[in-house]
Amino acid sequence: MEPKKIITREESFGYDRKTLDYIRNASAHGLYEIRGMGAKRKLPNFDDLVFLGASLSRYPLEGYREKCVTKTILGTRFAKKPIELEIPITIAGMSFGSLSANVKEALGRAASEVGTSTTTGDGGMTQEERQSSKTLVYQCLPSRYGFNPDDVRKADAIEVVIGQGAKPGGGGMLLGQKVSPRVAKMRTLPEGIDQRSACRHPDWTGPDDLAIKIQELREMTDWEKPIYVKVGATRTFNDVKLAVHAGADVVVVDGMQGGTAATQTCFIEHIGIPTLAAVRQAVNALEDLDMKGKVQLIVSGGIRTGPDVAKALAMGADAVAIGQGVLIGLGCNGDTYFKDGAHHSAEKDYAALGTAPGFCHHCHTGKCPVGITTQDDILSQRLSPDVGAKHLKNYLKTLNMELTTIARACGKQNVHHLEREDLVALTVEAAAMAGLPLAGTSWIPGQGY
Amino acid sequence: MESLTFDLAQQALRDLNQYLHNEAKTASVKKVIVANPDGAHNIAVGLDCPVDVEVVGHAGYYAGGMNKTATVTINGSAGTGVAENMMSGKVHVKGFASNGAGASAHGGLLVIDGDAGLRCGISLKGGDIVVGGSVGSFSAFMAQAGRMVICGDAGDALGDSLYEAVLYVKGNIKSLGADAQIEPLTETDISALKELLSAAGPAFAEHDPKSFKRVASARSLYHWNADANQEY
Ligand code: SF4
Repeated sequence: MEPKKIITREESFGYDRKTLDYIRNASAHGLYEIRGMGAKRKLPNFDDLVFLGASLSRYPLEGYREKCVTKTILGTRFAKKPIELEIPITIAGMSFGSLSANVKEALGRAASEVGTSTTTGDGGMTQEERQSSKTLVYQCLPSRYGFNPDDVRKADAIEVVIGQGAKPGGGGMLLGQKVSPRVAKMRTLPEGIDQRSACRHPDWTGPDDLAIKIQELREMTDWEKPIYVKVGATRTFNDVKLAVHAGADVVVVDGMQGGTAATQTCFIEHIGIPTLAAVRQAVNALEDLDMKGKVQLIVSGGIRTGPDVAKALAMGADAVAIGQGVLIGLGCNGDTYFKDGAHHSAEKDYAALGTAPGFCHHCHTGKCPVGITTQDDILSQRLSPDVGAKHLKNYLKTLNMELTTIARACGKQNVHHLEREDLVALTVEAAAMAGLPLAGTSWIPGQGY
Repeated sequence: MESLTFDLAQQALRDLNQYLHNEAKTASVKKVIVANPDGAHNIAVGLDCPVDVEVVGHAGYYAGGMNKTATVTINGSAGTGVAENMMSGKVHVKGFASNGAGASAHGGLLVIDGDAGLRCGISLKGGDIVVGGSVGSFSAFMAQAGRMVICGDAGDALGDSLYEAVLYVKGNIKSLGADAQIEPLTETDISALKELLSAAGPAFAEHDPKSFKRVASARSLYHWNADANQEY
């Protein structure tokens, strides 16, 4: 009898389906893939840490009743007018251009209601954004699109952007379909072109120059406004030290999980280090310089939940910034959008982009099915500022409630009192990166027993 | 009082800028003289009123940076980023300028009597720059809008990745950057050159507008192109 013919399905580890697709796409198009969102690969992250909580050796606070302070002050080093926030959760820089004007307004309104800040992005400040945001951080980016002294004076703080977690060493990108007449005018560019921003600032080149640039911004604002320096997480220990030497009031460290509206996939997945590793290096740098508490640290890149916020603070951050999580709160990757009092399915629009709810990373197309990352008049009506602001306010409030719940469970009356000693790691990788003991041991990889 | 002197050997830069941002807007002083600048950085940055500032000596980085409506004259040379991000008004460097002169300027006129260093007019967004001498390499890199007149030579990679800015060069161009091309001079260019040279001052009148070459974008990098040479 003939043996039964078997179809072998031994998948190659090195040439798995994802890699096969990648090679086929590259061969078909001769161009790298560009997409939105941050790193999709599995990375050690805050989920790999847990809090120890109080028991006999620590005394907890009443979870629902006792006061737990969340007030956060940023920019105390040199600025005459530091920023005071009600919560340590801020909105990360995202440009008008990548986001619609409605979304920018929603971000400002929600942030103002919960007492936190929003941040402009590549492309300048919109009037809607300034009017709706009580506290607005104005980015000074390499492209300097729309950058002008009037807006510098209108801002509450200035963030000099050196890099972004999704693409350290790379400039911004906005494909033609999003370069609408208004966006083009703000950026002084022809309409509809594929816009690729510079990756280096035009008027300074190294940390010594940066010190003078920061002084210029201080001089022009009469030393009133805090100056942040934002770096994409790579050589974080050295970068944070250099930013402090250059005179930053606040350092923002953005890990590789940080989102983007459009960047090459090879950048998103292969350049930069995870947020967990970056926080530890940043805090080490501040401690090394005896600047912990004098220069504030904001951590971003894959902060999604209240526990993420609490863990970042316990590791030494003063605040966090959220971008992608905020967009998801507004409806990103949801299967419906809410308009005229009813939910409408967006599945067909996802399908037209070649994706589905839950898998979308198509912000670069400008055809966001739920109206967030678009300049299209019809699509952008799918998210009204009212609905967006309401959802975002709920999201931020939830994170803050979780943060205070955890802080109380660890016996802290102030979320800024959370400390490294409250944390342990669940995996060896996370323990090594975060410099924390593996749960149930006193072993910190690389630091002996 | 028509003029007021700040002596940076005796007074702090902070006092100068504070005065220029505040009192200068309402005071009867029309001219502010900055004595003994000694290469100080950030002289007269962020001005927002039509005051006349004269720097007697050399200035450091970012002199006249982010200027709006003021006239800043540097009777000496200027460091990196002179008149960076200028919005309007005029900055005149009577000596030489270092790197990144007029970077990202959105408006106004920057005149440099001598040479300018690397990356002059980088990221230009609508301002005008007139250079009496030569400019260094990578000048007008990614320049988006505005005009730049170079009466001497240009270094390597002039106008790399240009958008809509237009460059006029009288001397030699060592090399053009990606997507920059030499185009025929039109009547509009000749009138633009006349206007810019005359705005730059009498010393520039000797240059015949017809002796300049026009450099502008070939616009071939405006859209993704898989067949483009990826080495740019
Ligand atoms: S749903 Fe919209 S915001 Fe979310 S990934 Fe897709 S295109 Fe981007």
